[in-house]
Amino acid sequence: MSEKLAGFGLGMRRPHYRSYIDGTAPVDFIEVISENFMIPGGKPLDTLMKARGNYSLALHGVSMSIGSADGLRDDYLTELRRLVDRMEPAVVSDHLCWTRIDGFNSHDLLPLPYTEEALDVVCRNIDHAQETLGRRMLFENPSSYIAFPGAMTEWEFLAEMTRRTGCGLLLDVNNIYVSALNHGFDAADYLAGIPMDAVGQIHLAGHVRGEHLLIDTHDQPVPDEVWAVYRAATALAGAVPTMIERDDNIPELGELCAELDVARSISADAAGARIAA
Amino acid sequence: MSLLALQRDFRDWLVTGDDRAAAALGGGPGTAVYQNNYRTALVSSLAETFQRLVLWLGDEAFETAAARYIDARPPSSWTLDAYGEHFTDFVAAMWPDDPEVGEIALIDWTVGEVFVGPDAEALQPEALAVADWETARIHAVPSLQVLPIRTNADAIWQALATEETPPGAELAEPGTALLVWRQGLEPVFRRAEAHECDMLAWSATGEGFAAICARLADTLGEEAAVTTAGTLLGRWLAEGVVAAVG
Repeated sequence: MSEKLAGFGLGMRRPHYRSYIDGTAPVDFIEVISENFMIPGGKPLDTLMKARGNYSLALHGVSMSIGSADGLRDDYLTELRRLVDRMEPAVVSDHLCWTRIDGFNSHDLLPLPYTEEALDVVCRNIDHAQETLGRRMLFENPSSYIAFPGAMTEWEFLAEMTRRTGCGLLLDVNNIYVSALNHGFDAADYLAGIPMDAVGQIHLAGHVRGEHLLIDTHDQPVPDEVWAVYRAATALAGAVPTMIERDDNIPELGELCAELDVARSISADAAGARIAA
Repeated sequence: MSLLALQRDFRDWLVTGDDRAAAALGGGPGTAVYQNNYRTALVSSLAETFQRLVLWLGDEAFETAAARYIDARPPSSWTLDAYGEHFTDFVAAMWPDDPEVGEIALIDWTVGEVFVGPDAEALQPEALAVADWETARIHAVPSLQVLPIRTNADAIWQALATEETPPGAELAEPGTALLVWRQGLEPVFRRAEAHECDMLAWSATGEGFAAICARLADTLGEEAAVTTAGTLLGRWLAEGVVAAVG
């Protein structure tokens, strides 16, 4: 039942579990954090199995640490493979970042320098992950608060990464906006440099304005400036499965569904414009 | 700088908060964002795992304990849920004169482990009809854990979980223990006396039910041993503690 992801979805969050178990949430797919379900058994897996019966599923990881200079942890990959085999998701994704080095795990999505060395490490790790999982993965562009000196831009890095490994991209348009503001690049340049045929999924989210930087908090509605980046992305990418990723300060399901309707409308406008052109 | 060196510098910054480590990353407000994210995520994870301990200690004391734990034990597992693995011993050492503190933490931790433990169907009592009691062994559900306790931490925990006023801390009878397991999808626990814990421990090491009754007879006498063992087996079946007999 590993069908293709399509349409518009939401991150499945605890306050709304009942609607996903019942199948009454008006979405095309759900996404969950993989690590929350890489467990032996119990209620969380039971809930996901029931929801999975009603919706296509995307597994979204936060701990693969694809940018670790000392490679991936095989115990992690084994557990992820077990979950993948059990749930047969349409998509398995993680982030272009690193979280672990040696025996230390930061539990945060830490930035990489966009160097040739880092590209080699990331591509080697992606090859290993895709081989172990027996499938293509998507990797999400991160939001970041530090930019290291590097040989290439983030979008050049992503483009070369997809070319070398065959992986796809999970384009987080909020992250593009946050990093663009934090590091002073133009989101339009970013989108122009992304191989849109590699984009398999889009994330929408909100952020907050800190004292010096925009902070990617996922606890706010999608703001107008992020909708603008989404509009530009859909104009270039066409119909891509899109979801809202709300991790904190979680509102009623109806409020998130209303936001998702905005995404549907923008995507339909982009499709109409392409037909007219 | 190599990628490995950069990642180790970054780790040092997160773990130590040392300005020199931040400078190695270029400094600036971004380094502080990552430092804050790191510590906030760990404190939140501990507070989520040890919800009743937070209520017992209060926010300030809990956050002090969490901050010291984060300094002492940087996380190593890929799952944040594992981060509190040593927190029970840590708070027990911080409050040596208040043994209920470590035990409330232990119940929080164990209930969380049991919640996501391996699945198993509880044995239906009818299945006993075909058991060969000369050789039969009792197999408990895999989520079952036995926790020795010295205090009334269980009563305090239950009161906190149901938003009632908890009793004051008291010492329990020597030999008191808690059985923690999952009934269906919900963790449950109750007290158990020493001979019940002995029986479960003997079963776990592979002893048959007949042999367990014989060992129990050494302390209780034969008649009381048979009665006790039969009563407890019936209780275990009713409570969903047994996964198989055979």
